Amino acid sequence: MITFLFYLFGGVAIGGAIGVVAARSPVGSLLFMVTSLGAVAGTFVLLEAHFLAAIQIIVYAGAIMVLFLFVIMLLNLGHDYQRDLKLGAFAVLSFGVIGAIAGILAVQLAGTDVAGGAAGAAGLAGGSPVDAAIAEHGAVGAIAQSLYTTYVVPFEITGILLLVAIVGALVLAKRDV
Amino acid sequence: MVTEALLLSAFLFVIGTAGVLVRRNAIIMFLCIELQLNAVNLSFVAFSRMFGIEGQVFVFFVMTVAAAEAAVGLAIIISIFRHYETVNVDSFNLLKW
Repeated sequence: MITFLFYLFGGVAIGGAIGVVAARSPVGSLLFMVTSLGAVAGTFVLLEAHFLAAIQIIVYAGAIMVLFLFVIMLLNLGHDYQRDLKLGAFAVLSFGVIGAIAGILAVQLAGTDVAGGAAGAAGLAGGSPVDAAIAEHGAVGAIAQSLYTTYVVPFEITGILLLVAIVGALVLAKRDV
Repeated sequence: MVTEALLLSAFLFVIGTAGVLVRRNAIIMFLCIELQLNAVNLSFVAFSRMFGIEGQVFVFFVMTVAAAEAAVGLAIIISIFRHYETVNVDSFNLLKW
């Protein structure tokens, strides 16, 4: 069942991603993107990252995509359905680069049982270290435990980054500075 | 499961790269960059199954930086649109030659 769900979510994620690239109107592209993000959130749940799945839906598919939608509607981009695909020599070059990346990834991943190899190296008999942490602290607590002790300085820096981004976005988007 | 998740992540990353290279609409290119970030997040979560919770903490940071980047990037796109009345990246050629 879990394997079936994983392939279902994976198929929806890849279909949504292709839709993002291929859709004619920006709003259609955006809705495909939301589909893809939701499917990836589903695979997060299957990989036992429940907190991140919730954050993915709330922050990514909710907040960030609505921000994109605001901008698309503010700039009134949905009406001109002209194709903006780059064709010709550049497209051939692009697909060459993409094919090279895909080939390298396939060669790296093919035949190597990544999970089995690492689990064998760590001496784990089927159990993941994340499962133990989640069983002890809960899905949110397992992340919070690490985030507020080991990674507390990057966490605070993230807060400063968000403040700078807010001020920067305001200054950039203002009509008269 | 982990290997399949890594393969899915690779597929999504490649599709995102294709979008950035092929489309001319600046907002769609930006969406495709978000797609790439999301693919990398998926591979971080998959690796966190093997190496511990730190991968998920890093995904948390990546999402925060992506939110900040989206806000600033969209502000830049609005600012450019006010100047050129288009978001087609081929029109922005002031620094090209």
